[in-house]
Amino acid sequence: MIRNRVCIANAAAPVMIAMLLLFAGSSSVTASDQPSAGTADVKIDNFVFGPQTITVPVGATVTWTNKDDIPHTAVSTDGLFKSKVMDTDEKFSYTFSKAGTYSYYCSVHPKMTGKVVVQ
Amino acid sequence: MPNNKQDFIDQQLQDLNNDGVDRRGFLKCMAWAGTGLVWTMSGGIPLSRAFAKTANRTAGKGADFTFVQISDSHIGFNKPANPDVTATLQTAINKINSMPHKPDFIIHTGDLSQLSKPSEFDTLDQVLKGASAQQIYLVPGEHDMLTDNGEQYLQRYGKGTKGAGWYSFDHKGVHFVGLVNVANLKAGGMGSLGHEQLEWLEDDLKGRSASTPIVLFAHIPLWTIYPDWGWGTDDSEQALSYVKRFGSVTVLNGHIHQIMQKIEGKVSFHTAMSTAFPQPAPGSAPSAGPMKVPADQLQRVLGITDVNYLVSGRSLAVVDSPLADSGSLPSGSAGAPLAVIDSSHG
Repeated sequence: MIRNRVCIANAAAPVMIAMLLLFAGSSSVTASDQPSAGTADVKIDNFVFGPQTITVPVGATVTWTNKDDIPHTAVSTDGLFKSKVMDTDEKFSYTFSKAGTYSYYCSVHPKMTGKVVVQ
Repeated sequence: MPNNKQDFIDQQLQDLNNDGVDRRGFLKCMAWAGTGLVWTMSGGIPLSRAFAKTANRTAGKGADFTFVQISDSHIGFNKPANPDVTATLQTAINKINSMPHKPDFIIHTGDLSQLSKPSEFDTLDQVLKGASAQQIYLVPGEHDMLTDNGEQYLQRYGKGTKGAGWYSFDHKGVHFVGLVNVANLKAGGMGSLGHEQLEWLEDDLKGRSASTPIVLFAHIPLWTIYPDWGWGTDDSEQALSYVKRFGSVTVLNGHIHQIMQKIEGKVSFHTAMSTAFPQPAPGSAPSAGPMKVPADQLQRVLGITDVNYLVSGRSLAVVDSPLADSGSLPSGSAGAPLAVIDSSHG
C-alpha cells in the first residue's frame, strides 16, 4: 500500500510541476502586478463624472462611458491624456502606468471635473 | 382680456411698475426653444420684433435696418428632445424669408453643429443657402470646436477673422464685434475670451466715437447667469470695461437655449433661443442638457420672440409666441412666458 502511494505521489509531482509551468508561461502577469489591476469605469451622465474621484492600482485601465445625451470629453489638466469627443454610448480608455493623482475635465463643459488617483 | 397682441403689449407696458420685476433687474424668460429674433436698429437703439409680423409698432418707424439672430442649431443632434434639428432650422429660415422686411443679414451665435462633423457643417450651409439674407455672420460654439480645436470652423467661416475666429465690422453706422469665448477652456472654468482677444478688442474699440452703437455677439453669455452650469464668461468684465464709455451697447449671446435679458446702465444683454431644442431654467433640472417635451408639443415650444423697445417710454416688452400658430395670446402661464423690463435707469 505504501508503495502505491509513493508511486502516485511520484507520478503526480511532474504533472503538478508541468501545470505550474503552463500557468506561468501563458500569463502575462508579472511579479509586481496585482490580480485586481484590471479596469475601472467612470460613467458620464448629467454633466457629471461618476465617481468624481476614482482610485485605481498602478497599471489599471480606466474606461469612461458617456451615458449623457450630450457629447463630452475627458482631458487631463497636465497634458497626459486627451480623449476624442464621446457621443452618447461612446467610450475612452486610458491605462495609468505611474502612481499619482491625475486631474481631468471635460474640455467642452469645463465645469465638469474629475480625478484619478493611482496608487 | 386683451383682444389682440397689440392691446396685450400696451397693457403690459402700462403695468410696468406692477410686474414684480426689479428695475435693472435680472430677468428670466422661461425656456422655450425658438426660431430666431429680429432686431431693428432705430436711432442707435436696437429693438426686436416678431417674425412674419408687419411692424405696426411705433418702434418700427424710422428703422434703419433689421437683422436676425439665430442660435444653437446643433445640426447633427438627433435625440428625443428633437429628432430633426435640420427641419426646425429650416422653419426658422422660412420664417425669416416670409418677413415683410428682408433683414440685412443674419447673425448665428454658435453651436452650428453638434459634433463638429463636416457633414453637419455642410447641412447647415445648405439650409442657410436658402435664406433671403445671404450675408451671414457667425461665431463658434463649443460644439464647433470638438475635434480639431476649431480648425475646420476657421477653414469654413474664419475668413478675415483673427485668432479663434474673432472679428468686427461696421454696418450703417453700427459697430458689430464677433467674439469667441469657447476656445482653450480651462478646467473648472466657464467661457473664456483670453488675453490676446481682449487686447485686440481694446484696440478695435479705441478711437471710436462714444455715440457709435456697439453690438457684441458671442456664444456663451458674457454675463454670469448660472456659474454651476458654466453659463458665464470668466474674463468678460474686462471686455465690458472697454465698452463702458459707449452710449448704446447690445450684447447678443446663445448657448443656454432660452431667453434671458439684463440691462445694466447702457448695456443690454440678451440670450437667444435655440432652433434645435430647449434647455431647463437654471437649477430647475439636474443638468443643463436638452429638455424633452412631448413630440406633439415640439412646435409649440419652438417659438419666436417679439421684443419691442419703445424709445418713448424707454421700456422693453418681451412677448413669446409659439411657432405653431394657435392664435392664442401669451397668457403668463407656463407655456407662454411674458417678461417686461423697465429699462429706464440712472
